[in-house]
Amino acid sequence: MLTISDLQANIGEKQILKGINLTVNAGEVHAIMGPNGSGKSTLASVLAGREDYDITGGSVDFEGKDLLDMAPEERAAEGIFLAFQYPVEIPGVSTTNFLKTAMNEIRKYRGQDPLDAVQFLKLMKEKMKLVNIDQSLLSRALNEGFSGGEKKRNEVFQMAMLEPKLAILDETDSGLDIDALRIVAEGVNKLRSPERATIVVTHYQRLLDYIVPDFVHVLYKGRIVKSGPKELALELEEKGYDWIKAEVEAGV
Amino acid sequence: MSKTNQPDNTPVPTFRDQLLAGFRASEERMNGESKSALHQVRRAALQTFETLGFPTIKHEEWKYSNVAGLINKAYELEQPSALTAEELDVLQIPNLSGNILYFVNGQYRADLSRIVSPASEVQILSFREAMSEQSEAVGAYFSRLADFQDNAFTALNTAFAFDGVFIRVPDNKTVAEPIVMRFINDAREANVAAQPRNLIIAGRNAEVKVIESYRTLGEQSSFTNTVTEVSVARDARVEYYKVQNDTEQAYHIGTTQVRQADSSLFYSATVTLNGGFVRNNLNIVLDGEHCEAHMYGLYIPNGRQHIDNHTLVDHAKPNSYSNELYKGILEERSTGVFNGKIFVRPDAQKTNAYQSCKNVVLSPDATMNTKPQLEIYADDVKCSHGTTTGKLNEEALFYMQSRGIPKQQAQTLLMYAFAEDVLNKIKIDPIREYLEKVVAQKLAI
Repeated sequence: MLTISDLQANIGEKQILKGINLTVNAGEVHAIMGPNGSGKSTLASVLAGREDYDITGGSVDFEGKDLLDMAPEERAAEGIFLAFQYPVEIPGVSTTNFLKTAMNEIRKYRGQDPLDAVQFLKLMKEKMKLVNIDQSLLSRALNEGFSGGEKKRNEVFQMAMLEPKLAILDETDSGLDIDALRIVAEGVNKLRSPERATIVVTHYQRLLDYIVPDFVHVLYKGRIVKSGPKELALELEEKGYDWIKAEVEAGV
Repeated sequence: MSKTNQPDNTPVPTFRDQLLAGFRASEERMNGESKSALHQVRRAALQTFETLGFPTIKHEEWKYSNVAGLINKAYELEQPSALTAEELDVLQIPNLSGNILYFVNGQYRADLSRIVSPASEVQILSFREAMSEQSEAVGAYFSRLADFQDNAFTALNTAFAFDGVFIRVPDNKTVAEPIVMRFINDAREANVAAQPRNLIIAGRNAEVKVIESYRTLGEQSSFTNTVTEVSVARDARVEYYKVQNDTEQAYHIGTTQVRQADSSLFYSATVTLNGGFVRNNLNIVLDGEHCEAHMYGLYIPNGRQHIDNHTLVDHAKPNSYSNELYKGILEERSTGVFNGKIFVRPDAQKTNAYQSCKNVVLSPDATMNTKPQLEIYADDVKCSHGTTTGKLNEEALFYMQSRGIPKQQAQTLLMYAFAEDVLNKIKIDPIREYLEKVVAQKLAI
């Protein structure tokens, strides 16, 4: 589904990603872990098409198409979804109105007819149950005055509505207490399917107790320095990142 | 024959000369009226105008708004217009019922107008009619609220106060239907000037909704210099909307001067959709206790449009409340000015005064100048003010794009939501819906 080859990206003069290689197949869940400043969020942002970064090398293939050549909205329409670490507050635009616009733009891109109000509301009701989100929240301005937990739940709700092929969760666990974390993770798990893939970017292992990955990758100084099965996450939880840093510095 | 059609070697009289000559000519046409008290006020105002002259950018109040382009032209002061009801049809605001008064090039057009409210509810007259039929009321209020001593444009308007709207709501009456004043400058044939003078008197515990709308037709220059005086008696409630949709060649200077008595409410929104050069002065004197004044504003200039809003809230008595929110979206090479003064007089304890001005500048060539000016002489008050001027929130744009919404459309959605904050304050549905539509069209880029 997704093949990242030698991906390099700068912010200004500073190189953040120094050659990322990663292959994600349909049905898989990949966790990307690593210490602060290792480039995890940059990778998520670059995949979604944030303009702040300059791509200086490498390529990203998504289902046979050059992802880096597409605008963020085209990537969304192709099936990529980024759950933001810090969902943006958008005054004056309700979640409902926002999502309806987004869905119909994506449908237009795909050559499908727009959903009418009845179809849209039916779909919304169905997905609201899935992530246990309240109607009153969705009538309000998007994320405005939402608690941290409400914002993250709203991200998962949007994901459920848009049904992406590849979901990228950027530090979805940050700022959540354990109950909110469980609700959000349950929502994500309900969306898992053999046709879909998920990349979970996280600093801590605790989210992976709920969203169990097939593969764990450690990002450090802009490179994936270690990959392994889900047990790698437990090892990182236990031992921290220092041993990996030491391995890298020693050139192992 | 238009002055602009004269050959280039004929010296064009300056606008100032033209105005002075125009004043003398109108005096010569008068019979007894030239002796009237009202005309003495006009004369005094003309003298003040002659002394003051048009302001330059050296004048503190005109620092960012240069009227040189306006006054270096000649205008027809009494240009007749053949504008017909059919031609007006396209300018109608859909579904807007009520009283509609049309002024074309400053002159009342009874043939186009429609007064539906019963006389027991409200007296609606042209200013010209009011001068003879309601001379006492006119005398009691005319030029008593809008001081022309240090304002050349108000002085000029006062000198030329011949037509406009007179509205008087008796005590305890609620005017059910809104009163819409439509000022149309027909600049299809020549440069035209109009100086409407309006007087709105709301009696004790009276209620009325008024709308001033300005529109210019044609490609020639148009100059509007309007003054509206509003007296809001004790317990009275006035809703006041000003809607401007002018051409790039239109100059508009407008002053709305309000005085509120105890426990009265003045609720206003000023929406400027288009206009070459616009200067709105909204001055409110809270001359009573427990008054409420609300001021909302929206301006969305593009091209080389210039929109200047000056507001003044004068808290003269204790225990009153004022709230102000102005918002601007500036595109291309447009410029905007917001100057918001709040005075809290020494006696005006327990005043609550809030002011906010927020702007989004979409182009590097657009400029917004904001100046909040608070002068507080009482010590037990709550006052706050804030102005922001920034670009569109890039993070919000990216967020919307990442959900599949193309950038242009995301921008339009964000801008519309920004504007809607003010538009949803408009309580007359057909007006709000009309403005929402025009704003959405203009922001769709």
